[in-house]
Amino acid sequence: MQLTGAEIVIRCLQEEGVEHVFGYPGGAVLFIYDELFKQSKVKHILVRHEQGAVHAADGYARSTGKVGVSLVTSGPGVTNAVTGIATAYMDSVPVVIIAGQVPTHAIGQDAFQECDTVGITRPCVKHNFLVKDVRDIASTIKKAFYIAATGRPGPVVVDIPKDITAQKTEFIYPDKVVMRSYNPVVKGHAGQIKKAIQMLMSAKRPMIYAGGGVILGGASAELTKLVKFLGFPCTNTLMGLGGYPATDPQSVGMLGMHGTYEANMAMQHCDVLIAIGARFDDRVIGNPAHFFEQPRKIIHVDIDPSSISKRVRVDIPVVGDVRDVLHEMIRQLQATKDKPDQAALKAWWTQIKAWRGRDCLKYDRSSKVIKPQFVIEKLYEITKGEAFVTSDVGQHQMWAAQFYKFDKPRRWINSGGLGTMGVGLPYAMGVQLAHPKATVACVTGEASIQMCIQELSTCKQYRLPIKIVNLNNRYMGMVRQWQQFFHGNRYAESYMDALPDFVKLAEAYGHVGIHVEKPADVEPALKEAFARKKDLVFLNFVTDQTENVFPMVPGGKGLSEMILV
Amino acid sequence: MRHIISVLLENEAGALSRVSGLFSARGYNIESLTVAPTEDATLSRMTIVTSGSDEVIEQITKQLNKLIDVVKVVDLSDGDHIERELMLVKVRAIGKDREEMKRMADIFRGRIIDVTDRDYTIELTGTGSKLDAFLNAIDRTAIMETVRTGASGIGRGDRVLKV
Repeated sequence: MQLTGAEIVIRCLQEEGVEHVFGYPGGAVLFIYDELFKQSKVKHILVRHEQGAVHAADGYARSTGKVGVSLVTSGPGVTNAVTGIATAYMDSVPVVIIAGQVPTHAIGQDAFQECDTVGITRPCVKHNFLVKDVRDIASTIKKAFYIAATGRPGPVVVDIPKDITAQKTEFIYPDKVVMRSYNPVVKGHAGQIKKAIQMLMSAKRPMIYAGGGVILGGASAELTKLVKFLGFPCTNTLMGLGGYPATDPQSVGMLGMHGTYEANMAMQHCDVLIAIGARFDDRVIGNPAHFFEQPRKIIHVDIDPSSISKRVRVDIPVVGDVRDVLHEMIRQLQATKDKPDQAALKAWWTQIKAWRGRDCLKYDRSSKVIKPQFVIEKLYEITKGEAFVTSDVGQHQMWAAQFYKFDKPRRWINSGGLGTMGVGLPYAMGVQLAHPKATVACVTGEASIQMCIQELSTCKQYRLPIKIVNLNNRYMGMVRQWQQFFHGNRYAESYMDALPDFVKLAEAYGHVGIHVEKPADVEPALKEAFARKKDLVFLNFVTDQTENVFPMVPGGKGLSEMILV
Repeated sequence: MRHIISVLLENEAGALSRVSGLFSARGYNIESLTVAPTEDATLSRMTIVTSGSDEVIEQITKQLNKLIDVVKVVDLSDGDHIERELMLVKVRAIGKDREEMKRMADIFRGRIIDVTDRDYTIELTGTGSKLDAFLNAIDRTAIMETVRTGASGIGRGDRVLKV
């Protein structure tokens, strides 16, 4: 039977088992929307801005491991989506974005709502396609899902001109994809793994540094097993939180610019480092020259060969799927009679515990104003550490990362690579739709939340009972902190003047708002909010204006050169 | 260090811009880039001349391999190889210079492929440095126009880049 291109698009989504599509209609995608209307398997979530559509699909993907899907129209639909696409790209999240395009005969004519979608998105996608023949739609969408989800995941854009969606052809959905130019490595090299094991066994001061790749690769159980087996300390990156249980004694917490004292000191002073699904980025290792003042051997496990020896020269690279490689490592470890040097390991732990004794996350608990850290601690207690927590970008993001102890993967959803303000609320929408019964909290600030505030309307339409924890300090806090430290207290344009009344704003959108000014009211307010299972509650916490995030590794400084409280 | 890198990639619209975009986005040098379809029309072959430290070249080959359209990447500089570039030069050829120009073209094994009573167009192939040498050998003021293709490279002997 002959189907139109638009019908084929929807059939492909059904074949891929897509449950939710986050999108916004427009001229170039009208045929596709018409077909969406005629069926009920794929549910469309109407956002209020295309940026929100891609962020929501991204949040959906991060919290489930499935491919998130977004549907936008040509021109401004695509340009609005670009921030979402770049955000997903930087954090390697599998998202497929289907974009409408002007009809093929109009391409290049500066047509209404035309833009060069493939050109604009090329630097921030894993791959993109322009479909010029209706017979190619099915195979292209199949490829898009395959490329997005395999290897190092990432966003894939499929640009479809309007006339192609109206033309007809036979629908055949391919069973599998064969591409001579794309064959991601899965299995790690057995010889390299053997060498890595020997190096780990020779360590006196070992360190395990695990990143977002552990979460993307579904390797948390394997990582936990490995860490437990070896008895080594483990640190997680911002993207890797939950990859290893934060409440476990072998966890030394997050590392990097706002990492714990113990994690950064152990990272700097270890003699054998194994990096697993992490990429040594500038916010993690600080100044690379300073990092290399201490000699250490490095093992690097990653699925992306280009991540290896990019910023840091490594001694033993292992390219492969993290779960596969860790599985093989554990197997070899169990088979060998060698054991790590227990006396050296004991001395190393004594040192780490001394660093831990520095209590680097302490803050003033007797304060008369609400301390943001206190809010996160209470959020953790009240949600019993079980919530999905999304965040925006800035100080609140760091406090959430430091004070909410994630014991499970895919519970902490934030923009680590691109650092996109405005992701928190749409992320929470994607997460809540994927997990309708789960508790979802969006930790944000008064600056970030306003960047995608329009999505409160989407939350109302789909009855999403998200809890927004707004740490309102009337400043772009992280900008202000840098201005305080590095720009002589000149707070250029970082004060948030003329703020809305967030309670009234929430109410205007049909939600519940709670305003909290006193520390004593924090816990009752959170309890009340989380007891409202069916409502979105916007909690506006008026927090200390001048609180800073500590520890802090200033830009250009070494990991062990932290500013501490 | 100068490197000459050969790339086999899918002969699809936009494949070239993915490669050139990669180089500009990551700040890599391109000295020259040539591309054309191979005997298999579904594949294009590209020769890129670039320079950088060993670390940069390693990243370039890895990043090229990461592009979905790229099938194979070989750094020809890793072994014996041949490279050739084509140049067309239009030179003024009047009076006594006319004979001298013909002689220079012969010495460099160039061919005169277009003639008027005032100028020659000379076709020359060779390595980039040979073409440079020709331009330095003739009277600079006689050069009216030059166009060069950039280098194409191939491995020596049984070093073959194929799918």
